[in-house]
Amino acid sequence: MHRVVVTGIGVCAPNGIGLEAFEKALVEGISGITHNQELEKLNFSCQVAGKPNIDNVNLNEYFNKIQLKGLNSSGIVYGTIAGLDAWKNAGLELQFQEPDWDSGIIFGTGILGVDKFREAIYKVDAGNVRRLGSTSVIQTMASGISAYLGGIIGLGNLVTTNSSACTTGTEAVLMGYERIASGKAVRMLVGSCSDSGPYVWGGFDAMRILPTKFNNQPEKASRPMSASASGFVPGSGAGALVLESLESALTRKVPIYAEILGGEANSGGQRQGGSMTAANPIAVQQCITKALENAKIVANDVDAINGHLTATTKDPDEIVNWSTALKCSGKDFPFINSFKGHFGHCLAASGSIECVGTVLQLRSGNLYGTMNCEDVHPRILEQVDASKIVTHSLDFAPKIIAKASFGFGDVNCCVIFRQFKK
Amino acid sequence: MENFERLKEIVTQYLPDDVDANQIKMESNFTQELNINSANLVDIVLDVEDTFDIQLENEDMDGMQTVSDALKIIENKVA
Repeated sequence: MHRVVVTGIGVCAPNGIGLEAFEKALVEGISGITHNQELEKLNFSCQVAGKPNIDNVNLNEYFNKIQLKGLNSSGIVYGTIAGLDAWKNAGLELQFQEPDWDSGIIFGTGILGVDKFREAIYKVDAGNVRRLGSTSVIQTMASGISAYLGGIIGLGNLVTTNSSACTTGTEAVLMGYERIASGKAVRMLVGSCSDSGPYVWGGFDAMRILPTKFNNQPEKASRPMSASASGFVPGSGAGALVLESLESALTRKVPIYAEILGGEANSGGQRQGGSMTAANPIAVQQCITKALENAKIVANDVDAINGHLTATTKDPDEIVNWSTALKCSGKDFPFINSFKGHFGHCLAASGSIECVGTVLQLRSGNLYGTMNCEDVHPRILEQVDASKIVTHSLDFAPKIIAKASFGFGDVNCCVIFRQFKK
Repeated sequence: MENFERLKEIVTQYLPDDVDANQIKMESNFTQELNINSANLVDIVLDVEDTFDIQLENEDMDGMQTVSDALKIIENKVA
């Protein structure tokens, strides 16, 4: 088994594009959630959302002019920004001749190129299929994001896309880790992206699981762990990490952000209280305990948790699952936070954006305060001492952080990150 | 000549970064000499349709190997 470290990170998040802006936003509690006029016009009950502001990004630095022509897939734009930024952040270059056979990509998404697909649907329905152009397929195939990044960089190892709803991003990190640990690749660009817009978010609005009372106070709308949480704020964006074998990182003499010790992915089978949309608690607990086992640590070693904690009424259930799995509560419970108060629930992109935030916490020796949970839910306080809920950024250097994501389909993933030490 | 210039403007948008617009000549082969991705020929056809207000058929596309092939097809349709 090879040790696996993180040597590059990149992010395109609603509250910051690029590491500097994103880290500042996390530390200072800068919200990326805004009132969305399009959602208002379309009669959404929830009219706030998290959408990266790419107005000031020079897309020519990421795409060539042919790629930019007719590009109408926000997920590909976000994913390419985050992915290429991570690659460069790791001190790696684009390949212009032979592909890099030792490097691959696992970049997940839930649904890709929805706006491009809409364009295509209008043309097809009008009997104009011949007018679709050459990029309808590549902008809407789920693996489009891996294909764009793989082609721009010149990757020659596994190039694929995973998809497991809101677990996607964290799962991509675990899958990349496993590929390197087993020796099948030296470097893996891992991450995920999620499109913006009414066609992605509409289904969640219809399920009545988004907040409706904060349309005039967008920055207050996403309230993880709060008694007044009333649904998750839909978000979008992308996060990316370059994972690399420790040998390779040491040979290249590049800075190491963190080590990944292992993790676990499983499913509750939509049994024992689990369903398409609810988690089987036993599976969540098993996922966490197996992640610890695989990482060869014990529950006591976990200094901090970055939860899934979406700001629905289910947040207290997640806390119970952590508490049961780690066999601790009250003041013994690790510090816990959620970044979704800052930028909402970025769906398939949430796990990867939050893994980038987790790695930044390890590097900076800080835990970032969860926004909008000044009124912690009483059921959470029955499990965890208030001092362990990180409501304001805390000068505390965690050695080990457990990051978990859970998704529709009753799927779970937990990854264990450690401060790097030789 | 005016049609050539208009076609050149369309083709230029699909040139790889290492091919200069000055390399577009009457006899240039789109995929082999100008290194245009064959998938982008579809887009060139759509742009030609919009620019010249004509419709190209699948057979027209099959015979469109070089810049002059394309010009002949355009001139036949426009006339």
